[in-house]
Amino acid sequence: MSLKPRILIITGYGLNCQKESAAAFRHAGAHDVRLIHLHDLITDPRPLDSAHLLMLIGGFSYGDHVAAGRAFATRLKYSLATPFKKFIADGKLILGVCNGFQILMKLGLLPDSGEGRFIQKATITENICGRFYDAWVHLKINPLSPCIYTKGLPSLELPSRHGEGRILFKDDTVAARIKENHQDVLHYTGPDGKPTEDFPYNPNGTEGGLAGLCNSTGRVFGLMPHPEAAILPWTHPQALSRSRRGDLPGKGEGLALFVNAVDFIRHGL
Amino acid sequence: MTRFLEIKLQPMRPDYKGGRVLEELRRHTPLNPVRVEHRRLYAFDVPLTNEEWEGCIREFVDPVLEEEARSHGGETPSFVYRVGFLPGVTDNEGRTALEMASAITGRLFEEGHVYTSSLYLVFLSRQSLPEKTFLEQWGYTVLANPLIQKIEIFTQEEWKRLHAFSIPAVAGKDHIRVEEIPVASLDENELQNLNEERHLALSLDELRAIRAFYSREEVQKNRQAQGLSANPYDAEIEMLAQTWSEHCKHKIFASRITYTDSVLNQKTVVDSLYKTMIKDPTRRFMEKKNPIVSVFEDNAGVIAFNDSYHICYKVETHNSPSALDPYGGAMTGIVGVNRDILGTGKGALPHINVWGYCFGPPDYEAALPSGLLPPRRIREGVHRGVIDGGNQSGIPYGRGWELFDERYLGKPLVYCGTVGLLPRTLHGEDGAFKSISCGDIIVMAGGRIGKDGIHGATFSSRRLDETSPVQAVQIGDPITQKMMTDFLIEARDKGLFKAITDNGAGGLASSVGEMARETGGAFLDLSLAPLKYHGLQPWEVLISEAQERMTLAVAPDKLDDFLALASRREVLCTALGHFTDSGFFHAVHDNRPVCFLEMDFLHDGLPQMELEALSPPQNETDAGLGEQDLQTLLHTLLRFREIASRETLYRSYDHEVKGLSIVKPFTGLGPYIHSDVSVTAVDYDSFEAILLSEGINPWYSDLNPYKGTAAIIDEAVRKAVTAGADPGHMAGLDNFCWPDPVYHPETNPDGKEKLGALVESCRALAHFAPLYGAPCISGKDSMKNDAFLDGKKISIPYTLLFSVIAKVNDYRNTMTPAPVKEGDILYILGITAKELGGSAAFRALNKKGGIVPAPSREGFMDMYRAYHQCAEEGMIQSAHAPSKGGLALSLALQTLAGPLGLDVDLDAFPTDGDLSDTDLLFSESCGRILLTVDPEQAAFFEDALSSFTPARAGRVNKEGLLRFLKNEKEIAAFSKDSLMQSYQRSPHVS
Repeated sequence: MSLKPRILIITGYGLNCQKESAAAFRHAGAHDVRLIHLHDLITDPRPLDSAHLLMLIGGFSYGDHVAAGRAFATRLKYSLATPFKKFIADGKLILGVCNGFQILMKLGLLPDSGEGRFIQKATITENICGRFYDAWVHLKINPLSPCIYTKGLPSLELPSRHGEGRILFKDDTVAARIKENHQDVLHYTGPDGKPTEDFPYNPNGTEGGLAGLCNSTGRVFGLMPHPEAAILPWTHPQALSRSRRGDLPGKGEGLALFVNAVDFIRHGL
Repeated sequence: MTRFLEIKLQPMRPDYKGGRVLEELRRHTPLNPVRVEHRRLYAFDVPLTNEEWEGCIREFVDPVLEEEARSHGGETPSFVYRVGFLPGVTDNEGRTALEMASAITGRLFEEGHVYTSSLYLVFLSRQSLPEKTFLEQWGYTVLANPLIQKIEIFTQEEWKRLHAFSIPAVAGKDHIRVEEIPVASLDENELQNLNEERHLALSLDELRAIRAFYSREEVQKNRQAQGLSANPYDAEIEMLAQTWSEHCKHKIFASRITYTDSVLNQKTVVDSLYKTMIKDPTRRFMEKKNPIVSVFEDNAGVIAFNDSYHICYKVETHNSPSALDPYGGAMTGIVGVNRDILGTGKGALPHINVWGYCFGPPDYEAALPSGLLPPRRIREGVHRGVIDGGNQSGIPYGRGWELFDERYLGKPLVYCGTVGLLPRTLHGEDGAFKSISCGDIIVMAGGRIGKDGIHGATFSSRRLDETSPVQAVQIGDPITQKMMTDFLIEARDKGLFKAITDNGAGGLASSVGEMARETGGAFLDLSLAPLKYHGLQPWEVLISEAQERMTLAVAPDKLDDFLALASRREVLCTALGHFTDSGFFHAVHDNRPVCFLEMDFLHDGLPQMELEALSPPQNETDAGLGEQDLQTLLHTLLRFREIASRETLYRSYDHEVKGLSIVKPFTGLGPYIHSDVSVTAVDYDSFEAILLSEGINPWYSDLNPYKGTAAIIDEAVRKAVTAGADPGHMAGLDNFCWPDPVYHPETNPDGKEKLGALVESCRALAHFAPLYGAPCISGKDSMKNDAFLDGKKISIPYTLLFSVIAKVNDYRNTMTPAPVKEGDILYILGITAKELGGSAAFRALNKKGGIVPAPSREGFMDMYRAYHQCAEEGMIQSAHAPSKGGLALSLALQTLAGPLGLDVDLDAFPTDGDLSDTDLLFSESCGRILLTVDPEQAAFFEDALSSFTPARAGRVNKEGLLRFLKNEKEIAAFSKDSLMQSYQRSPHVS
């Protein structure tokens, strides 16, 4: 079966990465990319029925007040719980980037969305450095991970920009299960190529250098760095000198995640 | 009933925030705590059932990280600080908390409030507790600003028994009062008293003009015929003061100046600096081929970009508010200029932010006059404010910089700017132009009105003193504004409104007053305006500068659709009245008359100021550096506070959001160096881009304001063209920040010279900005940058920021400083003279005098155009424009930006006169570009630039060393590591 990938991107309340996220899916060949304001989706959740992938984008929903992603997650939980459960049960894809990842964690859809019971087992909180930090980071990809977005990719270099990116688990059991199931998709790496907790290579200080997580099916995926801001090769910090030396790739590294998702849908979810 | 939710971390979770406060208390107060614990406190003044309350607790407390603190019985802090807002101060988190409560309960709480505060449990090692008055004083040094926040202190005993906290509810009541001001019968003393009491900031001439107007028989008759009092109402006087403020009317730039040149002993008259030195030169520029679309008519100047977009650019200053409340003042600065852009044309979308600050030295340790915050706290607060405002709005920054000088201790300068994108065509019309018809509805969109920022416009038109009004402080709410911006762009694209402008200084009085000029009048009912709390008088509603508000003109047949979309986007929009052709600005509160002002008098009744200016003293000398140790001097400069790396701090600002940043604020391999320009694409499918650069150098103007102004225009344009700007597609912005230039024998005895310096600076601007292809399209002046505290006056130096916006035709051709290939030839374009006056080297060594660099009257544009041609044709590999720190610093930064190094032949640099090595290397002469060229291209390059004698000044080496040679012998060499170490380790800026 070959599907025409339909992407739904939720906007509003201070989320702000819709333009680059929509461009990323279009450049990846998605058939239909639709932006929808959360208020309109709450009024009429039917667009979720026809979509194959839902993206929760980056930004500052509700100004990061109370805690990053918290107010938006509360709003979703109290108005769209049932359609969300169905969306996940249907095996559809959810991608959360930065604020979107924080929302997924606070909703309890990561790391265990399978249950769909919105029980929070992990959280994302303030960086140890105590501030927002914007820099490109090197990421190593877990080759054993079931994550459908990172299939076949060894590593990525992406811009990272957040003030609350430190991932914490409820207890050691949750942490162990994630390792066991290879749900620990992405790790920040230092100059030696190994996972790191050191600033600024790891901007938030997460233990073990964890930067992104998927659920056990690999279909719900959240990450702190921004692949949608690396779809053009020209936004890389050394792009101009690389181009002058003739070794600039034709596409930005972040695009690969979107291409994988679109291909996965195209092949029938 | 008020319910309190106190949230603390679970015992095994480290408290990093508490740890940071611990450090701050230890560093800046005599307290020496062993531990500080941070907690969040939410006070819900909301009618909730017990079940709903439990639901709120479940949502607010993070189950992985936190727990609720239910009682204090067993706790043993030495004492506790509670930091909350004063009544009426914007509490953004409280608003979000209230919306969460609505989402959880499914109910709307129109009258409810949630008040947030922070608790710090302080554990001291010794037993005796200092007195509360000391604890309070220390608390305000580290934790709070007394203008907007309140500190409460609980001893251990009080804490243990504490069950309920106070809440900062506003105790206002609705008793509407409209005062009559018997202005016609006031004598001059009484007029002055009125001026002081109401913070009108009007001059005696202006007060007399108002008195004369209301004494006129036909005015009085007309008012009586309308059933109004013969005396003006309070709102009318307030509105006149706002509209006629220096801030809104730029009275000094519009004044008639008699200028005496004390050298030539000549008198000349300048009838409006604005008209003759800014507007007229731009208009003349527009007679030839130019990219200008709209100028001097709107909130920002607009230039053409491509088939899809126009671009607009505005830079504002927010100096006075930032001096009082650095965080709130600076945040309001950035979100405020975003609104200027949103209010340009049919509504432009903010695309790039810029910021720049002039502060007292961050390591300043000497005693300060009372009423001044230490420069360290001003700097911290300003950065945090612009970081939060910009980041939360989802707008990346392109340019950011800081300057330091002790003369900014009294008033910091806080520049915030925004570039906007306008659709070139919108519903068949040009997106840059708006229109209003009689009968169009006046709609206010965005936040509610409070007492925030009342008298902001008049306050910034005065010098700062101890009595500056607290209400002049506002706090921005970036999320309300972001939601409003998203909604307005959606409404714009659906064609639901006709005109838009922002509510900044002067509030509705200014925005509606300005828009009403198009039809010739307006009618408003102020009782319809949504308020934050009770107890505002109609005049306060009219002039409040409460943030996040835009004023729109909506056609009557679109009003329902407009309001329906607003409600779906949860943006508060209210129809307040309509535009008329009555010739009057007419406002009522219900049926009560509030304001009936003749439009002609409001806008044209202001008498022109008459001022005297004297040419500023001549301060240049022919001083040079003489012989200095090159090693020491270059390292000193790399550590110098404006040059050294501020990378870690500046990375707290988002520069990547939107995914279109090509030349970023940092360049290199990491650790990075600060870029000279920014280049940002406009979408994901074209290679066209927007380039931004700027020039600012108050130390040149100290010595010679004319040359200093010419030099920064050359610098801004040179940096732009060097990086890849199309020299035929640029525009400039002027931002003047000056000490008070109005002479007064006691308080401002050197006022005439200060005005003379302004005239000189404007003369240079008028000549060089158009000559350099960067005519002024937007500007702003801030003319009262003096602080008068403890009987001491601190005035800022003459500070002009000249910003350039330009088009890059293909960003793939952009030049960066890093050399690309070993063996490439290093060229220098331009000639170095002994011009070290105001230079970074002189300042680092505390040397006075010197000659200020300046371009010749003909400028260097012909050379820049020829250079641009070569760059477009791919002949050039890398390039950098030397500015502060001269050739030496430029070469060091070029070396730091890449893996390669440079061999530099000092004999090869063309000079004007005999220069010592150090004078050559640290002079800041204009018109110079350093660049590298592939040897195979060298002949073509030299041919193309033959009229400008490019000189071969060295070659690119692979060792990564910066080597200086003389007579083929090495005189100094620097490793990349040693340069980077100095660049990154400044004791002055960390």
